[in-house]
Amino acid sequence: MNEFLTHYAFLIVPIIKIAILVLLVLTVDAYLTWLERKVIAHIQSRWGPYRVGPHGLLQPLADGVKFIFKEDPMPAGVDKIAYFLAPFLTLMLALTSLAVIPFGPQRFTIWGYETHLGIADVNISLLVLFAITALAVYGVALAGWASNNKYSLLGGLRSSAQMISYELTLTLSVVGVLLLAGDFSLRSIVEQQAQSGKGLVSWNIFPQIIGFLCFFTAAIAETNRVPFDLPEAESELVAGFHTEYASMKFAMFFIAEYTSMITVSCLCTILFFGGWLSPFPVSWTFTQFLPSVLLIPFGLWVLYDGIRYETIFGRLLLPGVGTALLALGGALLAYPAINGYIQGPFWFFAKVFVFLFVYIWMRGTLPRFRYDQLMSFGWKFLLPVSIANVVLTAAAILIWGKH
Amino acid sequence: MTTVETAVGATKTMVLNMGPQHPSTHGVLRVLLELDGENVVSAVPDIGYLHTGIEKSCEDKTYSQAITLTDRMDYLNPLGNNLVYCLAVEKLLGLEVPKRAQYVRVMLVELQRISSHLVWLGTHAIDMGAMSVLLYCFREREEILNIFEHFSGQRMMTSYIRIGGLALEPPAGWRGPVKRFLEMMPARVDEYEALLTKNRIWKGRLQGVGYLSPDDLIAMSTTGPGLRAAGVAYDNRKLFPYSSYEEFDFKVPTRTESDCYARYLVRVAEIRESLKIVKQAMDKITDQGPIKADAPGIVPPDREKMKTEMEALIYHFKIFTEGFSPAPGEAFVAVESPRGELGCFVASDGSPKPLRVHFRSPSFINLQALPLMVKGQLIADTVACIGTIDIVLGEVDR
Repeated sequence: MNEFLTHYAFLIVPIIKIAILVLLVLTVDAYLTWLERKVIAHIQSRWGPYRVGPHGLLQPLADGVKFIFKEDPMPAGVDKIAYFLAPFLTLMLALTSLAVIPFGPQRFTIWGYETHLGIADVNISLLVLFAITALAVYGVALAGWASNNKYSLLGGLRSSAQMISYELTLTLSVVGVLLLAGDFSLRSIVEQQAQSGKGLVSWNIFPQIIGFLCFFTAAIAETNRVPFDLPEAESELVAGFHTEYASMKFAMFFIAEYTSMITVSCLCTILFFGGWLSPFPVSWTFTQFLPSVLLIPFGLWVLYDGIRYETIFGRLLLPGVGTALLALGGALLAYPAINGYIQGPFWFFAKVFVFLFVYIWMRGTLPRFRYDQLMSFGWKFLLPVSIANVVLTAAAILIWGKH
Repeated sequence: MTTVETAVGATKTMVLNMGPQHPSTHGVLRVLLELDGENVVSAVPDIGYLHTGIEKSCEDKTYSQAITLTDRMDYLNPLGNNLVYCLAVEKLLGLEVPKRAQYVRVMLVELQRISSHLVWLGTHAIDMGAMSVLLYCFREREEILNIFEHFSGQRMMTSYIRIGGLALEPPAGWRGPVKRFLEMMPARVDEYEALLTKNRIWKGRLQGVGYLSPDDLIAMSTTGPGLRAAGVAYDNRKLFPYSSYEEFDFKVPTRTESDCYARYLVRVAEIRESLKIVKQAMDKITDQGPIKADAPGIVPPDREKMKTEMEALIYHFKIFTEGFSPAPGEAFVAVESPRGELGCFVASDGSPKPLRVHFRSPSFINLQALPLMVKGQLIADTVACIGTIDIVLGEVDR
């Protein structure tokens, strides 16, 4: 048995990793919808989901069940192959793009097979990622075309134009980072930001602030979120390209949208905010207790909130969760080895969370662009600015060198 | 059924059927859009999906019973509808309404105007993609509806304004909630403006969109904020005062740009002006005094009198069984509703039921401007234009 594992580890380990990542991402997607509804509800002075489970925590589960059991009607006159292909393609591409993202610095060996946190470690991972996200436009365009609905068609056309236009800015705005790193690998881009060991100040965000702003704006447009959510502009095009999709097919588009939000947030973190690096200088070793310092008060608060919760289920579940968080925080304090191990993923996910929050925050605040304004903003403003950024960065490197 | 004439094969246009079930047609408006890409070549509004026959039904009710029908016409402005109908019948009868009742009417109608504009602002903002404003506006509207409930027992379909006065004495302690609302509201309007007025996306979506010249607007007899945003200060409250509006100090906000943004600014300014009127009205309303005209046989008698006086009992019985019969004749009264000039025509043939009741509803007439407004604009602008016309389909189809 052991011999078999060692022999086929190169196959088994990635499959296990893929399974874990997909399950993890789908769960995070589900709870992202919960977070979005909660955050927007509080922005709008409402409570948000509150009925299904304590604080509405089981709402994503209920939604999932609802999606699966809903009727899935197919409109007359659709192009069947494209109609079925579109949601699968969209979801598949969204999930695939996560494959090249490294979540932490560690390398470890399982059954004699050396691996790392993340699925594939390619030396051109950024190019792979852009190639996959560029394909995503097919899903949307196909869905719009195949549905035999004028609203879907308009939505599909809009998003094809939008995604192709903003793809350019998206790619050009990271050229500055690439010039600094001199490498296409996301892992080496992060490692390059760690070189000085001074923490926060050596991140790419400071030399590349313009690049970051262009990148983040283009990325929002790429993921079709407010204020660039024209393809599914509810008040104009009903639901845009996914008007005619129901049940699980609609859910696939939905999951794909949230997955691309996560991908983009991961990319922002890696390219501009030092990936898994701590914002503090390496010499400040005491900052590695931060995860437990955060976990223990949070656990205590959940415990306190849980004891007073109005439903019996909540009074059982929430204190349990609180105790688990407390135990986790305590364990991290007690076993420095584990604590050291989770530092990278902790900072990585903390930063990703911040970006996801910004996404949701914008949705609660901003109106939507008009189609022509979006186009002129992309072509006449973002693209020239990102080109200028490339030129400036190149000139600066030529004059002063890389550091 | 309305259709758009297109030469099949000869043109490259596409006909998009927008509505009657569409998230931003504010009810059941159907617009047939002929599109060239995303540009609107022509637009044909198709109405009638919410026809309730209210005008016709009024002919089968006594004069007092018809009030409850008017509530349901423009469902964002029920008190204004009550007011215009009652004013028309009072004109027909030659009734003089006590000052105290007039001030209460003014106060409630202005509160109604604020709540209507709040619904407009919220729904228009969500049409433009700014979803939070809707919830903020409805939060404040809730306060107004609570005030209405306090006065009449009903939140929306109040039927509080009756022929010859009011349905009930203002409730004890009514000043408290109104005062709280007046203190809270200016800061809340600032909040909406902070989110929208200087927002570049908001301005980009509205400025220069849906322009119509003042001449066109007048030619189509458009009234209300749409006309005032074109620089024409036409407001029935100033020009043809009713219900003692001449005693109130307020401005008629106007702009000259005549685009969607100007209409937005005019409405926000009107909310502020209405707050002023409510404040003045609250100070004018005395704690004692009659709320009904002295017209036995038309205005139902007090409960107390009915139990002690024979005549009162007879009048009460007559009013609620047969109704009252105005002399043959006709009357027309126009008020300023949140959407424009709301007119009511009542004709009597001397029977207890009106011969004809007709409403000049501003939503219906303002909607005429839509095809001209959206010509050559984008689909997204169509939504903005429908929004800033501020139609209520219940009133369009009444």
